[in-house]
Parts: sequence; C-alpha cells; structure tokens
Amino acid sequence: MIATSTAPLPANVGSPLEPSSRAQARLVQIARAIRRAARNPSTLAGSIIVLALVLMAILAPLLATHDPVAQDLSARLTPPSAAHWLGTDQLGRDLYSRLLYGAQPTLLIVVLVVSLSAPFGVAVGLLAGYFGGWIEVVLMRLTDIVMAFPRLILALALVAVLQPGLINAVIAIAITAWPPYARLARAETLALRHSEFVEAARGLGMPSGKIITGQILPLCLSSAAIRATLDMAGIILTAAGLGFLGLGAQPPMAEWGAMIAAGRDHIFDAWWVAAVPGLAIVLVSLGFNLLGDGLRDVLDPKHHD
Amino acid sequence: MRSFAYAGMATARGFATLAVTLAGLLLVTFVVGRVMPIDPVVAAVGDKASPETYANAREALGLDQPVWVQFGRYIKGVAQGDLGQSSLSSRPVSEDIARVFPATVELSTLGILIGILAGVPLGVYAAHRRNRWPDQIIRSVSLLGYSTPVFWLGLIGLLIFYAQLGWSGGPGRIDTAYRYSIDEWSGLMVVDTLRSGDWDAFRSALSHIALPGLLLGYFSLAYIARMTRGFMIEELSKEYVTTARIKGASEADVLWRHALPNVLVPVITVIALAYAQLLEGTVLTETVFAWPGLGLYITNSLFSADMPAVLGGTLVVGVCFVLLNKISEILYPLLDPRTRSR
Amino acid sequence: MKPMCLMLAASALALMASATTLEAKSPPNVLVVAKNIDDIVSLDPAQAYEFTSGEIVANIYDRLVEYNPTDIEKIAPGLAESWTVSDDGKTFAFKLRQGAKFASGNPVRPEDVVFSLRRVVTLNKAPAFILTQFGWKPDNVEQMIKKISDTEVALTIPETFAPSFVLNALASRPGSIVDEKEALKNVKDNDLGNAWLSRNSAGSGPFKLRIWRPSEAVVLDANKDAFKGAPKMNQVVFNHVAEPSTQRLMIESGDADIARNLGPDQIAAVKDKGGIKVETYPQAALHFFSLNLKHDKLKNPAIWEATKYLIDYDGIANTLLKGQMKVHQTFWPEGFPGSVNENPYKLDVAKAKDILVKGNVSSGLTIDMDMISSPPFTEIGQSIQATMGQAGIKVNLIPGTSAQVITKYRARQHEGMLLYWAPDFMDPHSNAKAFAYNVDNADGSPQSTTTWRNSWLIPDLSAKTRAALVERDPAKRLDMYRELQRAVLKESPWAMTFQAQAQVALRGEVNGFVHGPTNDLVVYRDVTKN
Repeated sequence: MIATSTAPLPANVGSPLEPSSRAQARLVQIARAIRRAARNPSTLAGSIIVLALVLMAILAPLLATHDPVAQDLSARLTPPSAAHWLGTDQLGRDLYSRLLYGAQPTLLIVVLVVSLSAPFGVAVGLLAGYFGGWIEVVLMRLTDIVMAFPRLILALALVAVLQPGLINAVIAIAITAWPPYARLARAETLALRHSEFVEAARGLGMPSGKIITGQILPLCLSSAAIRATLDMAGIILTAAGLGFLGLGAQPPMAEWGAMIAAGRDHIFDAWWVAAVPGLAIVLVSLGFNLLGDGLRDVLDPKHHD
Repeated sequence: MRSFAYAGMATARGFATLAVTLAGLLLVTFVVGRVMPIDPVVAAVGDKASPETYANAREALGLDQPVWVQFGRYIKGVAQGDLGQSSLSSRPVSEDIARVFPATVELSTLGILIGILAGVPLGVYAAHRRNRWPDQIIRSVSLLGYSTPVFWLGLIGLLIFYAQLGWSGGPGRIDTAYRYSIDEWSGLMVVDTLRSGDWDAFRSALSHIALPGLLLGYFSLAYIARMTRGFMIEELSKEYVTTARIKGASEADVLWRHALPNVLVPVITVIALAYAQLLEGTVLTETVFAWPGLGLYITNSLFSADMPAVLGGTLVVGVCFVLLNKISEILYPLLDPRTRSR
Repeated sequence: MKPMCLMLAASALALMASATTLEAKSPPNVLVVAKNIDDIVSLDPAQAYEFTSGEIVANIYDRLVEYNPTDIEKIAPGLAESWTVSDDGKTFAFKLRQGAKFASGNPVRPEDVVFSLRRVVTLNKAPAFILTQFGWKPDNVEQMIKKISDTEVALTIPETFAPSFVLNALASRPGSIVDEKEALKNVKDNDLGNAWLSRNSAGSGPFKLRIWRPSEAVVLDANKDAFKGAPKMNQVVFNHVAEPSTQRLMIESGDADIARNLGPDQIAAVKDKGGIKVETYPQAALHFFSLNLKHDKLKNPAIWEATKYLIDYDGIANTLLKGQMKVHQTFWPEGFPGSVNENPYKLDVAKAKDILVKGNVSSGLTIDMDMISSPPFTEIGQSIQATMGQAGIKVNLIPGTSAQVITKYRARQHEGMLLYWAPDFMDPHSNAKAFAYNVDNADGSPQSTTTWRNSWLIPDLSAKTRAALVERDPAKRLDMYRELQRAVLKESPWAMTFQAQAQVALRGEVNGFVHGPTNDLVVYRDVTKN
C-alpha cells in the first residue's frame, strides 16, 4: 500500500489501467461504471425519470400554474383544458399543479425511508454475519419475525397507532423495510468473513470495528445500493397503498397516493382525477426500477458480461 | 437417503424456529393492538352506550386485566387452537377465518398458477434471447408490473372489462343469483360450482375470479419471470453449458434439460416468496374487488380495533409466510441436483 | 416457446370470454341491495346499534307501536292494537293484536312482550339506555313491566314524562318484540339468547334472517305468516360493497337492484341513465363542526361565532355534495314535529374577521380538526379548512377511522371535531339531550352528548330541556323545543351545518321501496320488481 485513502491524489502516477492507489482505483472504477451506465439505455431512462422527479419537486413553485391547495368548487371535476392542463379534482383544485407539488412528498418519503431502513438493516446484517453465535441468532430471528409480517398490514397497524400522516407513514414503512438489507448484508459478510484479506487484517490485530467498517462494509455497499434503488419503487407503492386505504398524507397536501384515493370515487366519470396521479406513480416507480436494474447490471460483478 | 435425513433434521429445526418466529409475531401484533388509539369497547358497544354497559363490555372482553395477563391468556388460547372471539361480531375468530380464508387461497392460487405457467417460460426465454428485443419486451412488461399500484390497475380493469366491455364479472365471488344455492364443500367457489354441476354458476364464478386472478397473476409473473431470467443467465454462462453446446445439444435441450433443472431450486424459492406476497397483496385487491377474503377481513378488523380478529388473521398470514419459506428451505436439498447426485 | 405463450394467452382469453356470454342478473323474486354492511355488530334487537343492523332488525321484528315511515308525525299501532295512558301519566296499558304469530309459528303473547322489554334492560347492551331512561333498572323491571291479562301488558314508569316521549322510545329498535320460546331454547351462559339472536332471528316481522356473514352479506327470507301480509319478494340480499364506485357499476349492470351508498358524483352519473331512477329521502342525521372547550384557546365565544360564518354552507351542500346534504343549522331536523327551520349563517369572511377582532382573538390561531377519513367528511373538512384559512385560522385536518375518531372524541382529546349525530328515537328530547343538556362537566361522568364531549356546561338550558321532557301538553312542549333550538343556534360552540339526505339509486322495475328518515324506517315489505 503506497497511499491511504486520505492521502492527496497522486496525479499521473502510473497508467490508468494500472492504478497505483486505492483511491485512484476507486475513481477509475466509478468513471468506468458511469460510462457503462450511460451506455445502458435503461439506466439512462431511469436516471432521466428520477432526475425529472427531483426537478419537479424543486421547481414546483415555478412550474405550477395554480396554487395546489386553492379550491374552486364551481370548477370541480373539469376535464383537461387550456385553463387546467390536467383537469381539476373533486374540490376544483388544479391537477397539474398538484401533480408537480406531489413530487415533493414522494421524494421525501423515498429518501427518508431508505436513509432510515438501509443503514439499520445493513448494520444488523454486518453484526450478525461477522460475529455469528448468539448475536447472529438473536438478530436474524428478529429479522425473520419482521419478515414474517405481512408488510402492508404491519405498516397499516403502525400508522393506526401513530396517527395518519406523512412522517408516520415513513416510520411505518421504514420499520417494515429493513430486513432485506440485513439478510443481504449478512450473506455477503458470511462470504467475506473468512476471506484472506479479512483473516489477514485480523492477524495483524485490527479491531473488529475497523474490519467491519473498513473492509467488509465497502464491499456490501454496492448490493445495498442496488437493493435500495429497487426498493424505492416498492416504497412509493406502499405509501400509495396507505393513502388508498385512507391512512396516508394529510390533506390538503398534494400526495399522489392520497390523490388516487380521492379520485377513486370519480374514476368512472372523471377518470383523470385518479388516472393522472396513478400514471405519475407508475412512471416514477418505473424510473427507479429501471435505474436499479441498470445499476445492478453495471455494479454487480456477478452480472458482468 | 442422506438428503432425506437432512430434510428431517431441517424440518425439526424448522419447527423450532417457526415457533419462536410466531411467538414474536404475536407479541408484536399484540403490543401494536394495545397501544393503538382505538377503544375496542367503543367498537363493540357503540358510541352512545351508558357507562355501565361500557364497563360490562370491557370486562367481557377481558380488557380490565393487566396487559401481560391478557397476553398470557391469549397465548394459552392459541396453544389450544382457540384464537379468541371477535369483539365486533362476537363470533369465534377461528370460525371467521375458516370462512374467509378459502376465498383468499382461491384467488392467490390462481394468481400464482398464472405466474408460474407464464413467468417461468418467459424468464427462460428472456434469458435465452438476452438483450434482444424479446428480452426487452419481457423485461418491460415485468418492470411495469413492479411499478404499478395494484389497486389502481384493479380499478382501471373494472372500468374497462366490467363497466365498459362487460367481459368480466363484477366485484364479489359470484353473481348473487347463485350465491346461496351452492353447497359449500371446499370453500373454493370455482371448485364448488364445478362440483355442483351447475354450469351457469361455474361460469359466473369464473367470470368473477378472472379479472382479479389475472391481475394478481400479472404481478407474480413480473416477479417470477424476472428472477428466472436472472438465474438462467448465470447458469447459461457456466462451463457445462458450453460443453453441452459443443457436444451438439440442441438449444432447447440446453435450456430445458440442462440449465433449467439446475435453477429450479432458487426458482421454487422465488415462487414460494411470490405466493406469500400474493397472500398479502390480496389486501388491496380484495378491497377493490369486494372479495370477501382474509385481507379484507384483517383490514376491516383493524379499522374497528377488533384485535382478536387482527391477531388471528395476522397469525394465519404469518404462518403461511413462514411455512412457505420453510417449504422452500426443505425442498432445497431434495431438489438441488448437486446434492441429489451425490 | 412461442406456442407456449400463445397457449397461455389463449387460455387467459378463454377465461375472460367465458364471462362475456353471461347475462345473469338478479333473479325476479330476489331483491339485491348493494350496501356497506360492515358496521353490523349484532342483529339482536337488544344489542343492535348500528345503521345497518337497525335497518335489518326493523324488517325482522315488530314493535308495540310503530311509525308510518311516510308520516312520522303519528305513532301507529304495531303488535298493540290500542293503548291507554293513566291519569298520572305513569302507566301505559297495551292491548295486543289477536292472531299475530312469530316466524316460528308461536303466537305473540303478553309474555313475549314482557320478556323482550325486560331482556333489554337486563342485558344492558348499547341501545338499553333508550328504555332505561324511563327509570327502568334490572332490579325493578319485574314490577315495571307486567302482563295484566292474556291480551294485555302494563308498563309503568317511575316518574312522569310526556306520553309522546315514552311512545316514541317504545317505537324504536329496543322496543322490538322477540319470540320468548325461541330465545330461551338457545340460551348460553345465562345470556337470554343474546349470542344466538345476534346471528339468528325470532321475530314476527315480514322477514326472517337466513344468513349473516360479516362484511359479506345478509340474506333475509320472506316470513309468509307476517300479520301485515307476506312480502312480495321471496328474499332480500344485502351484498356488502364498500366502494361507491363499485356499487354504481353493479346498479348499472343490473347486478344490484338498489344501491344505497352512492356518492354525489355517482348519483349524478346514474341519474340520467335509462333503467335507473334516483330517489332522495331527507334523513334525521345532522352534521356539525364542534370546538372542544377543554382547550383554553378555544374558550372565547368570538371564535365560536366566527366559525359559524366561515363555512361555505351553500357551496358544500349544492356544489360539492349535490344534494346529499341540505343546509340545516338547528339541532332538530327539518320535517320532524317541532323543528325550527332557520339558517341564519352564511359564509362571510369579512364579518368573521370583524368578530374575531372585536373579540380580541389573537392572530395565529390553529385548530386540529379530527374527522373520519372518508367522504363526505374529507370533502367537507377540506372546504372548511380552506374557508377558515381565509380568516387567518389555520385548521390541521386529522383524518382517522371512525373507531379512532370516536375514541378520541369520547376522551375529549380533540380540538375541533367534524362529525354527525343521528337521533336514537324520534322525539325531540333525543337531540335536546345531546345538544342542550349538560349539568356535570366532570371527566369522571362521561356522557355521549355533544355538549359534554365538547365541555360546554349549560345549567340554564339544561333546566329548560328537563322542563320540556316532562311537559304533557304536546303543543306547548314543541314550543319549548323551538325556543331551545334558537338559543343553541346562537350560543353553541359548534356550527350545525347540514341535514343528511339519502340518495338511493333503484333499477326502474323496483317499486314500493320505502326509506323513512332513519334506517329503522327502511321498509322492504312492499317492494316489487316487474
């Protein structure tokens, strides 16, 4: 080892094909991955959709034509027109503007759930896989128990306990979402635990904490990241399901799941009320799925050509 | 032989873990039920009952006891096969579940059958034509299945096939005309109507289950096809496949007789998982199609704080989840050609 | 591969196509009602306390006295052909109709009447208070409810009430007469047949219960021996359909003959379809938005008054709910004797702001409003949220299931509450007690009244409510209730907003369906299909 990862980047040392530092190796790897990703049409499409979602969330106030919560009972359930590009809902609110603002809670839910559940699940899996013994038994039994729950029903029950609301929906979904990460991380850790470089590190007297965070964790990250991206679609669908059953975000917030729930009573006369947010959900979930799928092709060594 | 011995051991260990998992499942559900801000007594006696009526009902439901006593009583009951009494319908929960469960089994079984019959071949084919247009189409179809809210698709399906085209039966399991003339033998409407020999009733039952069944079938197909494709691609890159090809095996042989049997184990695991997910996925589907199954039962009970019913229903779904997982684990050594051949 | 795919596609199509030729509609002698029935807890008249169970019990059992559903001003004979009231107003003697039989074939005897009424008091389930408010208790019913001859029973009440009040209460659900012999045949654990009667029937009414499957269906068979004559339909099937949009599909396709829970937009959609008619029936249920005075920030009466000017009554009733509600601001519904039909409040943001300023209400007031998370509450709640916001009052909506909302309401933990109230029996006292009576505001003495639930202590109004209850001159009594309604309209910490109107879609061939102002007065006996 010539340089540690904290050392300044040595410029022009060695050829790009023969990286001389780990940091540089990583950079090269990432650059390659990005190049591969850009060539992969599904990753590209997925990235564009997800980017569009982010832009919608940020730029909603600029792009919206109406106040998303302003009601106009005299213009309720009007079909798409020049005044209301995507029509209006049962309270006469502009659906195009609500659709744009709806990107905000969707993005928020996805980001919060993943950032709560993935680190927790990975930590559980790492600990279980690395230490084994009773720690593994207890942690994996816990994982099994949560896994054995019907996910949506558990989320429903939790929301009922916590009172309906956006943040509580996030908590409920996060509590049901971590076990797959734990299983994944444990499986990878088990495979790595007795690998030569881990044995070597242990032989050199490196403390367990350092081995886990420094040696094993980085190798689990790519699969966790793929899992997280693929999970995001599921999170969006679960949140929409909660909204459909009347336990999602609170009105008057524009949230796509709640918008479908409100539109289902009108679906046969004013199909756009439910169809518009429904299509948005399909599109965004598809975006995350495409991205995750593509990322797996790119990052997961097992899927390399 | 050894593999059978192994399976036996695995089964014994499986039951031990099963018990622990289920106990944990019950505890969590029970605690959730207790801290829920819904008063089950109100759900049972209504909003305007007098204080004495309220107190009587509370006592009758055992809610005047400390929580741990309630839990102890509950566990004891479950151990004896008694799931308690629904606080809403004042019927035994086991009776309620026995009534609604067949509807869910019928629907999700149809879903998984469609998922297997279409998903496995599609997955194999997609792996075979990897990255060509058939693969891309299958992939898109399957990704779309992953990305669509089931209740939304259900509503759209009802709109198109029931309201507009009239191709499919409406919500519910059968037209009211036949509903109470069919002898309930298995609880599976399609089977019972077939058994009764009443063709109109049978067609009615089919027309009702077709749409939700195909819908659930699509979702399991999406999952099964995608996973099968992944396993097959990995398998097809192995040396023995190349060897077989060099030896002149036909492509069909390579796919179906060499590669597929080797990925059967993970595929079956995936099918078991997909089946478990379908059991749960019926919650929203049953709501849209007014399908009187376990999912609808649990949801309704939850909304009225009928905790014995929620606990019982969750327990049944949980047992199915765990059992399906265990079955795939037990099948593993029996089906894996590598262990089998040794 | 390809043949396989084709085969699958073909079989899927065949599955769908098998349905296309199917034209099975509801059979001619069966009435199919699409309705949300998941509120049923019990079908025992001593326990039934929900909208749907009330409706079903009313079609299975008869009462001593009954309402004519289309003319609720008069009490009509039921199983009793006549009655007398003693001079002191404390004893009511009922002479039973001769020849009436239960569905079991047993004759209706005075013993059955005595058994049924005592049973309600002894079991003391949800609706028992309607009878126990007379002063009947488990330990005095033996004296109070008696057989006096082979055709007569006498009911005694410990204190004097207005006779119309007593008769109105007896005409309600817990006044249903149960077949004593059948009930006692099915006693379990000393429950007077409660568990059995919860899911079976033993009445004399036009129908008998065949099946009740919770959240699935209720099936009633005709009772050919009913004393008012056999019903025209052999069977009435209540199919549980929770989704209004699904109910609409079923009525359009003819899978259902009657759809009961259509929303305003479904009604608008089916109204002009051939073969479907829509009928509107004013209901007794009232909707309101109340403020809980347990919170100091809500104690200023200026907030109460301003709130009444911050609701878009006409917009909600006409545009949003399209006639499923009509504006009604007093506590006794229109169409009932003694109702005051005055609606002085309109949406007036400027006036509301003025009231808030004059009342020294500090700006930045926020109110958490609990409501049931389904239409019409979600729609009404969002409209009120918007109009309150125009006057600077921020309303946070807290939607929940009805069990959740009511749990919170009972514990008085809410700030604002968007809810409804349906009278338990058709006497103005039922609502006066709820909206104009509260003498004990302590947490330890919970009442189901709107006054107690919102911590509104009103000794003066309570005294007037009490006086009206015992007034024996009918005309004077109604005047007293009118005075109470006007006082509450002005002073209450709630805005009474709407009176419900049931909009029911029926297939064109369905005739004779009667829907009175409450679910107890929905009558299927005379329904025909041709």
